[in-house]
Amino acid sequence: MLSFISRRLLISIPTLIVISLVIFLLLNLAPNDPMAQVPLTVPPEVKQKMREALGLGQPLYIQFLKWLIQFFWIEPQVFIDYLFDTSFSEGKQRVISWQTRSPVMDIIVQRMPQTLWVVGMSYVVGILIAIPIGIYSAYKQYSVFDQVGTFVTMIGYSVPPFFTGVFVIVIFSVQLGWLPSIYDTTHSVVDWETFKIQLKQMVMPVMVLALQTTAMINRFMRATMLDNLNQDYVRTARAKGLSEWTVVMIHVLRNSMIPVITVIALNVPAIFGGAIITEQVFKVNGIGQQLIGAIYANDLPTVQTITFMFAVLIVLFNLLADIIYGILDPRIRYD
Amino acid sequence: MTNNNNIAGKPRSKVRDVWDQFKSHKGALLGAIIFFSIVFLVMIGPFLWPFDANQIDIRSRNQGPSLLHPFGTDQLGRDTLARMMAGGRTSIAVGLAAMALSLFFGSFIGVTAGFYKKLDGILMRITDLFLSLPLLPLLLVMMLLFREPLSEAYGPERGMFVLIVVSIGITSWMPTARIVRADVLALKEREFVLAAKASGTSDTLIILRHIMPNVLSPIMVSATLGIANGIITESALSFLGLGFPPDFPTWGRLLNDAVDYIQQFPERVFWPGLAISLTVLSINYLGDGLRDALDPRMRKR
Repeated sequence: MLSFISRRLLISIPTLIVISLVIFLLLNLAPNDPMAQVPLTVPPEVKQKMREALGLGQPLYIQFLKWLIQFFWIEPQVFIDYLFDTSFSEGKQRVISWQTRSPVMDIIVQRMPQTLWVVGMSYVVGILIAIPIGIYSAYKQYSVFDQVGTFVTMIGYSVPPFFTGVFVIVIFSVQLGWLPSIYDTTHSVVDWETFKIQLKQMVMPVMVLALQTTAMINRFMRATMLDNLNQDYVRTARAKGLSEWTVVMIHVLRNSMIPVITVIALNVPAIFGGAIITEQVFKVNGIGQQLIGAIYANDLPTVQTITFMFAVLIVLFNLLADIIYGILDPRIRYD
Repeated sequence: MTNNNNIAGKPRSKVRDVWDQFKSHKGALLGAIIFFSIVFLVMIGPFLWPFDANQIDIRSRNQGPSLLHPFGTDQLGRDTLARMMAGGRTSIAVGLAAMALSLFFGSFIGVTAGFYKKLDGILMRITDLFLSLPLLPLLLVMMLLFREPLSEAYGPERGMFVLIVVSIGITSWMPTARIVRADVLALKEREFVLAAKASGTSDTLIILRHIMPNVLSPIMVSATLGIANGIITESALSFLGLGFPPDFPTWGRLLNDAVDYIQQFPERVFWPGLAISLTVLSINYLGDGLRDALDPRMRKR
């Protein structure tokens, strides 16, 4: 098992480096000038100085190397300093946003909680809805419940979040006036009343994202349950007189959960991607909105950092899914 | 099923078998009908409808549904039905073109990786790499970076079309490549390929004449999913304001424009959203039915 994990870990390091190179090259080879906004009255030699201050004067490979060092060496040091009050990172150059001239990571840290709350909550809600529905749909295949469930799943698959989001805003905010259409991140929960307000503003973004998750996981859950329900061990379990509950919920469910858990892990990055759009719809000032804002403002360091963080998430969760699969299902370990 | 009693009859063609299985899937049939009606409407509609999508009539702005304007008009008095049809044309064209490009890449890489053992490792590593790229952020970045040079080269609308189609194409070929490769790997070991090789057929001919027809069904299923993916991605980009220029209607763009007026005219978001959802839903059902119909194991039951 250890060698399996370490091999997978070793493969993901070159993958990450190549991905960072791809993102870096895409951003840096494209025609684009960060000095475009600077007034024409600024003399060219001053502009040149400004460019060098942004680290743009050097050859491409040095820029890339510097960025790698900043991202993988200096930023973790800042994090350790923050945790333990040490001073490893003092005087070292961090990744600076062109937009705000402050370190990109500081802004990301400010934005992260909102994204994590909305995305994380929606994922949990989606999974909690999808699994029981998937189990029952498979158990009663082709029943009315199954047909309706499959149809709802298909809708969740097909209707994009920018329409479901806008649609629930029209119904619940504009027509009925029950829920706020804008997510207020400055709102802090202190007592029951403020908790209710927080709950109200979270319902719509969470449900919109949860619909996507539900659709995906429900479909998968149903399929693996169906696969397992026809296996010989199920017949054996029934033949030896186990109750239907034990057969389905213990024997079949446990085996069906193996692939479902890996799919849950694999889709975490995708749900972050979906959050980009949902955050835009509900005006949540999370990572996704920061990315869109940075794209509009031509703020390449921020775009690069956030995009790369998404890539890290994908590689990390792929790795996690593989390891979980290996732990849960001994047949998968190829060592 | 119904076709078990014609054993003594004349042999049935494969197309006929597929069609019979497809017909028995009600959702797929309905999906096909809806999808082709939408395509027909947006292709033929603009020729029959008296209003042009960009015709501004400021005196009749912000109207509700009426006989003259069944879907109402927008803030500049442009007819919403005309804009919906023009938008659908672009959205579906983007979906089809992006699908074609992604299928081309996907099947090319899949067949090459499956057929030539030497290239398999490197091509599959590249596929894995593409699968670990964060696609939506990268698409947004590509829109940001290449919008202006391409608009200058081909004009704002055509440049954007090329950019969107190419970006969707090169970020969505991976699933097709994987499925095709797996099928080719199995096919390559079959006797008819060996026979073709023994009779001195060149690799290109083996691929074109013996491999391709046999991997056509997974490719067709990916094609349907590819159209849906293309339409959704284009709409998402336009919705985020990084797609086509503002005066050029697409369904995502119309939805984006309608969101600005959501307090005054909430019904406006409904039409483009419904169009996108209905199209994608019908394509997905079509794809489901096609997958069942093309799978011989499903048919023999």
